[in-house]
Amino acid sequence: MPGKTEKLVQQIQQNRVYRSVFRSGTGNSPLHRALAIQQNLFLHLFSTKVRTRMLKFSSTWYLGTLTLGTFLILIVTGILLMLYYHPSVPQAYADMKDLQFVVSSGLFLRNLHRWSAQAMVFLVFAHMFKVFYRGAYRAPREFNWVIGIILLLVTLLLSYTGYLLPWDQLAYWAITVGSNISSAVPIIGSKIHFLLLGGNQVNANALLRFYVLHCVILPLTAMLFVAVHFWRIRKDGGLYVQQSEPRVPAPPLEALPAKEAK
Amino acid sequence: MSNQKPNVLPSPPIEIDRRAFFAKIGLGSLGIAAVGTAGFAYQFLSPNVLYEPSPIINVGKPENFAVDSVTLDASSGIYLVRASEGFFALNAICTHLGCLTAWNQELGIIACPCHGSKFKRDGEKIEGPAPKPLPWLKTWVSDEGDLMVDRSTDIHPMQYLRI
Repeated sequence: MPGKTEKLVQQIQQNRVYRSVFRSGTGNSPLHRALAIQQNLFLHLFSTKVRTRMLKFSSTWYLGTLTLGTFLILIVTGILLMLYYHPSVPQAYADMKDLQFVVSSGLFLRNLHRWSAQAMVFLVFAHMFKVFYRGAYRAPREFNWVIGIILLLVTLLLSYTGYLLPWDQLAYWAITVGSNISSAVPIIGSKIHFLLLGGNQVNANALLRFYVLHCVILPLTAMLFVAVHFWRIRKDGGLYVQQSEPRVPAPPLEALPAKEAK
Repeated sequence: MSNQKPNVLPSPPIEIDRRAFFAKIGLGSLGIAAVGTAGFAYQFLSPNVLYEPSPIINVGKPENFAVDSVTLDASSGIYLVRASEGFFALNAICTHLGCLTAWNQELGIIACPCHGSKFKRDGEKIEGPAPKPLPWLKTWVSDEGDLMVDRSTDIHPMQYLRI
């Protein structure tokens, strides 16, 4: 019975506990809808109002959202994989094999983590190409493009640090070669190499450092910059839509109000 | 103005006000703290003790190696070569990006599987992305008569060890 259900929902929504959690209250007015976004910790990063044009598939191909989707999958599957993985030599390799052949659904979670990682790198590049060829990086969105570059680097570093964790031959030689590239930096190259690996060769210290980078430092960095990235979309006038782009170039320096004389 | 204290100089004009002074003190202390933190972090991240294998390797008795043989010790990453002129040891780690090279008996060359660098038996570069030849390593005979190699000490090429 729809009448009864609606009444029940209404009763719950008017309940004191519900109202204490959802402060914007109930209702279907534009104000209520705007408040529902604006007063929510997670949603307030986004615009309260969006043009329907911006939400069309053709505007963005949803590439940024899909990238976020793969990132969320990677966080969930990664945390689950951590429950069975010891970052120690040679236990790491055995744990990876256990995940594949012994742990229930371990194979599924490991493959999901791996394929999502591949997909995320692909989607990040696709997102950047889409933004680039549409010219969505132009003023006033230049800084968000720079944030995007940082996120690209963090994504690649996440991919690279995760490469070592299975501790197999491929991992070992890939990190040997990759970390040797850092030695090519003039003057401080060998120091960077030493700090990155925590030694002179890919060994137990390197595995532990890459594990901490992969599971703690880089994901936190990514989350921080993703938050700024989303917030800047709202602050820079929402998602880029070609027709609605205001032709307002950055003001020349002379046009800025002069500093007050002392 | 009285003439009683003619020698007192006028007080110098105040060039810095209180707020700017404290801002400078604050920024200065923050700068010192930042440098200290960077030094602290660098020292913490550099291990003082490494549990890595010793760079000095005992490769066994010289008579175990036939004349004109090249023996790869994969675990330590060195070649022990017995040429007609004498013994020498080569670092088997490619000078390009650190892969372990391999000796090809038929072609008589050392080749890297990663990016295709090729070297002669004495370490000289034939081709490939490797920027430098494979270095010769310090080699000597221990008191027990074993051949010893120090992986961490390069020597100039063509210094054969004659026994």
